[in-house]
Order: sequence, then C-alpha cells, then structure tokens
Amino acid sequence: MWFLCVFFHRLLDYRKPEVESLALLFGDQTQADQNQDNALEWRLPKHHHPDSPFHFVNLPSQDLARNIANRSILVKGIYEIWGEGSSYEELEESIKSYPEDRKLPYLTSGSTFKITVDSFGKVISLQEQNGRLKNLAYIPFKGRVNLKNPDHRFWLMETDDSGANNGLPPVAQRRIFFGREVGGADRKLLPTYQLKSRMYIGPTAMDAEVAFLMANQALAAPGKLVYDPFVGTGSILVAAAHFGAMTMGADIDIRVVRDGRGPDCNVWSNFKQYGLPMPIALLRADNNLPPWRPGLKEVVFNAIICDPPYGVRAGGRKSGGRKLLKGTVSPYTVPDDKRTDHIPSTGAYSLVECVHDLLDLAARMLVMGGRLVFFYPVLREDDDFVENHFPDHPCFRLVASSEQILSSRYSRVLLTMVKMGPYTDEVAETARMRHLDFKENHLKWLENGNLHSSVFSPADPLPTDSKFSKDPKKKYRGKYV
Amino acid sequence: MRLLTHNMLSSNIKGVTNGFPLGIEVVKVVEKQVELNADFLKNMFHKIDWKGLVDGSRAMGYFELPGEPPETSALESEEFLSKFHHALLELHLEEGALVCPETGNICHFASTLRGFPS
Repeated sequence: MWFLCVFFHRLLDYRKPEVESLALLFGDQTQADQNQDNALEWRLPKHHHPDSPFHFVNLPSQDLARNIANRSILVKGIYEIWGEGSSYEELEESIKSYPEDRKLPYLTSGSTFKITVDSFGKVISLQEQNGRLKNLAYIPFKGRVNLKNPDHRFWLMETDDSGANNGLPPVAQRRIFFGREVGGADRKLLPTYQLKSRMYIGPTAMDAEVAFLMANQALAAPGKLVYDPFVGTGSILVAAAHFGAMTMGADIDIRVVRDGRGPDCNVWSNFKQYGLPMPIALLRADNNLPPWRPGLKEVVFNAIICDPPYGVRAGGRKSGGRKLLKGTVSPYTVPDDKRTDHIPSTGAYSLVECVHDLLDLAARMLVMGGRLVFFYPVLREDDDFVENHFPDHPCFRLVASSEQILSSRYSRVLLTMVKMGPYTDEVAETARMRHLDFKENHLKWLENGNLHSSVFSPADPLPTDSKFSKDPKKKYRGKYV
Repeated sequence: MRLLTHNMLSSNIKGVTNGFPLGIEVVKVVEKQVELNADFLKNMFHKIDWKGLVDGSRAMGYFELPGEPPETSALESEEFLSKFHHALLELHLEEGALVCPETGNICHFASTLRGFPS
C-alpha cells in the first residue's frame, strides 16, 4: 500500500534510512529475514527532486505506517493520499475518482475531523487557506469539525512552483496533495531533551535530534541492551533509554563516568532528569583493551551506538601512557599501597586503531542481527570519495550511511552496520588484514591530529608579518600555559 | 557495580588466560530499587554465566539463588524472576575490590572506586 511520507526538511540523508530501520523494528519480526535486503520501495511524486520532502513509500499496513510516523524524528507525517494534481481542478478529479469505500468510513456523520492547509516553500495566508478549504466542498464531509482533538485529520499540502525552493533545485510544476493522516510525528521530544536544558553535558555531547536518530538506527526498544563504548556524558544512551532499551556505557576518562560535576550533575543525573531508568553500568574501560570475559561472545549487546573520538573536538586515548606506548619504558606494576585509587595513564589513540577496535568489539559482542551505529568523519576535499572507503569488517554489512555536513572542510557520516556472520578467529584475522590495508590507504589524514589540522588550519597561509616571525619564542598550548 | 556488570568483566592483564570470574571483596553493599523488566531478564538469562552470578551474589551476602543453573522454565515463575532480578540488578557493590582469579592480585584496573569498576 502506497503512502505519502512527508519529511521535515532537515538532515536529508538520514530520512530514508530512519524510516527503513523503523519499518524493520515495527515490522513482522518473523518475516524480517536479516539476509534479505529489507529496503522499502520508494517513489517520488511527479516533477520532484530526490531531496524533496515529499516521498511515496510502500508499506505493508496502516498500523506499521502509524508506528513509524509516531516514533520517527524526521517524518512529519504519513498520509493516505486521496488525490493529487498539478492544479486544483486536477486534484478534484483525482479525489473524486478515489474509491468510495476507502473514503466513506472517514466521512461518517458521527465522527469529527480537521483539515490543515500546509505548504512547502511558501506561506499561505489565512484567507487563502479558507478559500482553499471552501473549494473542497465536493468532498461529502458529514462529520463535525473539531480542531483540538479530531478523530480524523486531513491535510491539503502544496508545493510552490517558484524558482527558489528552500535551496532545492526548482520544482518544475507545483503539486497539490490531499490525504488523510495515518500517523504524525512527535517532535515534542526534542525540546524536552534539548542539550541546553540538560544538567551535565560535555564539549562533544550529542545533539538530541541526532542522538534519537542514532537510537532509531540501532533499533533501540524495550528488553534490548545498548552499549556505548565512548559514553562521555551519556547523551546517546539517554536517547536509547527513552525508547525503553537498557543501557550500558564505558569511557576511558574516569572523570566523566565517576565524578561528573558533582552529586547532582553527572551521567546518572541526566537519566534522572528525564525519569529514565538508570544505565545498568558505567565502566571506566579502554576500547583498546576491553575487559570482557572470554566466554562472552555473540550474546550480550543488541546494539552498539557511539560517536568515536576522531580528534577534532576530542581526541582518543588508550591505556598505557606516551612513554609506555613508544616502548621507552617497560610495563610497570603499581605498588600495592598505591593500587586502591590508581588511575592508569593514557596515551594517544588514533582513529583508525579506534575504529578497528570498535569493529572487533562489535563483531564479538553483538547478537546476530545486532546493529553497530557510529559516526565516521570524512574530509570533503576527497572528491574521489566512494562508499568502499568506509571501514568494514567481514561480520558486518553496511545498511545505511548518512552524511551530515559539518563545515566546508569536513562532514561526518552515520554508518549503520548489521552483524551478519559469527565471529571466529579466522574472521578476526581477515579483519586485521583488511584493517592494515585500510590503514595504508588512509594514513595521510586519519592518523592522529591530521584530521584536526585539516579541519582547523587556515585556508590560505596568511602573509607572515616580519615583526611576528622574528619572535623566536615558541608558543605552547598545554595544561599549564 | 551490579552483578550483571561483574558477570561480563574479566581480568585483562597481559598473560592472564582466564580472568573470569573476578573474586569480590566486599567492603560495602547497597541495594537500589530497580523496576523489574521481565523481557530484559529473559533476554539476559541465557547470556549469564550462572556460576559467576551465584558466587558473586553469595559474596555480597545474598543466598537465595540456587547453585545449579535453573531450567529455562523457571523464567515463568515470578518468584524466581524477582530473585534473579534482585541479584542481577539491585545489589550494588559500593565499595570493595575485584580480585583476579589467576594471579590473586587486586588487578589495578579492577578495584572499585565508589561503585565504579575501573
């Protein structure tokens, strides 16, 4: 059954993957064969550009459409279209030819209804709206109007035919849709969870909207366990917990997981603030040396969601300390008397290594069909950038990649991977080889710090003033300077 | 730290082949009320190392769990679920230490500081 899916005009790349993930989540689980390509069927309205907020989507049932719309972040609504056309005459004809048995149940005299006039790319004044509503008189509405809480909601939506169309390529011809709302979005979620009202946030806390998108991509749902190996202030887990999943997080920085900013301002208080169940556990753990027990394989996590530190706003760290990792000092043992409060030292942790460890962890710990959702940075100068440049792993299949442009220099891509195969030693070995190969090809910018400098270095070297260049004193940026 | 977490951790010092289960040295245990989620418990039941859980819960002074792993049918009994739930999620090791089973060391990563395995 075809529905019209109208999106909010944001994060264009994220829209279809979200709907597809939710279709899988709410769909018939027995039917959802993981090996099958579970992509939905999409169709664009006449004359529309792929970036248009209007898309037709083929969904098996109305209940599924409602569930998707209610949970989705980027879907404004899903509609059963009664008629469409390039002009109001065409629309009238189209509505009249729509089968009566599909219309009549929603036009009965006992029911209440509401019609909303909406537009994309222009504003319609109230008078114009009223005029348009009067034009709809050919539809035999028998019910009463109820604007606050109607039984059935109808929408009249039109697009503009002018050249400028919210940054989209111009729509050749305007299109008018009339349909019945099957499900609408709940964007109230976002102001509730917005970062500025959250107690404890850090410099890299995940924006609420994106965090919910990630949770949706990971199919977070009650009874599932979601893990974030770079938990930070817990901003991603909050979204997963909102959808009922049990959460667990780890971070190498003891300050965020243990202390926060005091008793009422830490990761736990973030969950308390929204009345969400507390995470099962927060660990201080190293993604490079995971502390999981050996027998714990393919059993634990239903999803792993994270935003790995890629060195632009925060760099990665791993256990060991600078000197230890270089090999200048040999591994030490902590004397017994200092052991109780010892915090191990950490050293730099490059992104390639980090992603490799993440994939390895996910391959080991996710249940079959479990999802790994993470952000991966991409430099936008790479014109030859193609999909196979993403890190991969023999256990995983990439199901979605959505780009979010952050600046003219770089963007980040949300990768969603599904675990397809079991984790074995051979698989781990293949993965390691692939990782080395991947590292070779990407070393130039992935290595630690390089991404940072390509993002922040000035575009053109500024003409150096002789006065300043004379100053031989080096400027250090460090902890005590 | 909850026993669910304990059940998933092992000693990761170099040279240790089987760092599970970590021994628990209790200084202080607190109980925190958590809402019971039966679906989650059923989901977790198959993933738990039963011996590790029982030993852990006994170390923390909770003796209600049977020593042998119960049949899956036990999950239908509410009494068992609530005991399992209590052991898994409500017992918190607030202060104490985790001991590596092989070296007998308090592994430097595994001492718990104010309830956080580190």
